[in-house]
Amino acid sequence: MVGGEEIHKTAEDAHLPPAVRLQEIYKNFRHVQAIDGVTLAIKPGEVVALLGPNGAGKTSTIDIILGLSKPDSGTVSVFGIAPVQAIRRGLISAVMQNGGLLKDLTVAETVEYTSKLFVTTRPAREVMERAGITDIANRLVAKCSGGEQQRLRFAMALLSDPELIILDEPTQGMDVEGRHQFWQAIRDDASLGRTILFATHYLQEADSYADRVVLMRKGKIVADGTAVEIKSMGKRKVVRAHLSNPEISVLSAIDGVTEVVTQGEAITITCSESDLIARYLLTQTNAKNLEISSVGLEEAFLALTGESQQSSWASSNNRGILP
Amino acid sequence: MSRPMEIKLSRPVPPLGGFSLGIIKLEARRILRNRRTLISTVVIPVVFFLIFGLNKAYSNLRYGNGNLSAFIMVSMALYGAVIATTSGGAMVSVERALGWSRQLRITPLSPLSYISIKMVTSLLLGLISVLAVFIAGIVTHQPSMPVEIWIITGVAVWIGSLLFTAFGLFLGYLLPSENVMQVLGFALMLFSFGGGLFIPLSQFSHSLRTAAEFTPLYGLNQLVHFPIIGGRFRLSWILNLVGWLAIFSSGAIWRFSRDTSRV
Repeated sequence: MVGGEEIHKTAEDAHLPPAVRLQEIYKNFRHVQAIDGVTLAIKPGEVVALLGPNGAGKTSTIDIILGLSKPDSGTVSVFGIAPVQAIRRGLISAVMQNGGLLKDLTVAETVEYTSKLFVTTRPAREVMERAGITDIANRLVAKCSGGEQQRLRFAMALLSDPELIILDEPTQGMDVEGRHQFWQAIRDDASLGRTILFATHYLQEADSYADRVVLMRKGKIVADGTAVEIKSMGKRKVVRAHLSNPEISVLSAIDGVTEVVTQGEAITITCSESDLIARYLLTQTNAKNLEISSVGLEEAFLALTGESQQSSWASSNNRGILP
Repeated sequence: MSRPMEIKLSRPVPPLGGFSLGIIKLEARRILRNRRTLISTVVIPVVFFLIFGLNKAYSNLRYGNGNLSAFIMVSMALYGAVIATTSGGAMVSVERALGWSRQLRITPLSPLSYISIKMVTSLLLGLISVLAVFIAGIVTHQPSMPVEIWIITGVAVWIGSLLFTAFGLFLGYLLPSENVMQVLGFALMLFSFGGGLFIPLSQFSHSLRTAAEFTPLYGLNQLVHFPIIGGRFRLSWILNLVGWLAIFSSGAIWRFSRDTSRV
């Protein structure tokens, strides 16, 4: 596991203030601990997914980074300065889930309005092109689809040429095509080296677009690392092979094995240490067609954030399940 | 654009907290696009003036430095201006509901500049309203008073209506957007009767008249008509105006500060 502190050290080594630094953040909303001791540092240039189910504290965390709410305790800084200061300088911008647009302005007027609030901005034409809304420039916001409104929000977020863009559930309610176009625009932009933090509960988005995935559950960070690391943190790999007369008791006794399923000659072993299983199968048995795969991020996500965390971890340890 | 080594943290902060004439221009465009607002702030006051201000039975009666038609024109201009500035202030309610104020908080626009924009915008709308009623007066040739009194009363109505921007802001921060326009429409109707904009207060019973003198439009209405009527100036008009300005502004500031500390 890549702990928050370790990353924080790395960022300091780079002699740059971290793009985002949260230390021991606590936030209580009407007796619900929305954020329960979050420490997180994001390096400049990272693309980070904040992944978790609804109510995990993602939006509360984003609000604190944006200076929209104050933590009960803990410190927050963005590029080494207070969020409000960073906002005033156009260093951060955000694409919110919904709302945040005036229905009686056109797309182009909304971009113009936003551009007038900053000291210096990218040209309106350029950001509209990058967000793919040039052809709907003269349409009233009220007449835009959800996806078009979201691309408009993205154009507004690009105006100040921010160092950090935060997206809160950016593709919620979009169809597949809209989602694809939106991420294409974000991805093109991220290649310019901007720091991006996005909240999502779509695992696939986190997996496909983030360098680093931060998993939240009940106001706490429960895992933090690359998508690959998170998957392996689920500590579950699946080993499949063909084998006659498997010795279930021996297999089950191998370190980290959680489940053994046989079906005719086919055997499926779920475990945390696939190397041990593979070595055993290939050296001590006549196993053929050996295959190792890791459990998808989806399952790791459920294991790490689900309510039934305990039961899914302890599933039938050392027990052979026969058909 | 090779980042991240080029991060420029020393970016400037906008002057005036982000307030600019460009923003006012766009806000004006929004107002002119809103047919409902234009009807209640321009069409209705003009129609009221045409109905009540041109009645030959009394419109040409002399009244102070002018005639009764001029007196009614100023009342209707005040009515329109007050609806305009209240609506202008109450726009914050809609903008909060749309999440626009939250969106603005992640831009350099300071909360005070946002309020200033609302004030200037509502004054602009108020100006349109005053001009519309006064132009109706000029076109119909009925209102009569010296030129300087046209100007003084017009400016007094316009600037004085700023009191109701504070009222609109207060209501806008207090009430959800579905109700705010109904509530303010009803409140302004009551205030207008209380202030004597529609019926002279002399028609009221003594106790009702005393009560009316404490309503928010009373002081302002007396003040804007003073250049026409002349006579004795009463300090209670100023007290009424200042008192209600204090009440509305502190209400607006109270709700506004709650709004910005909340998310």
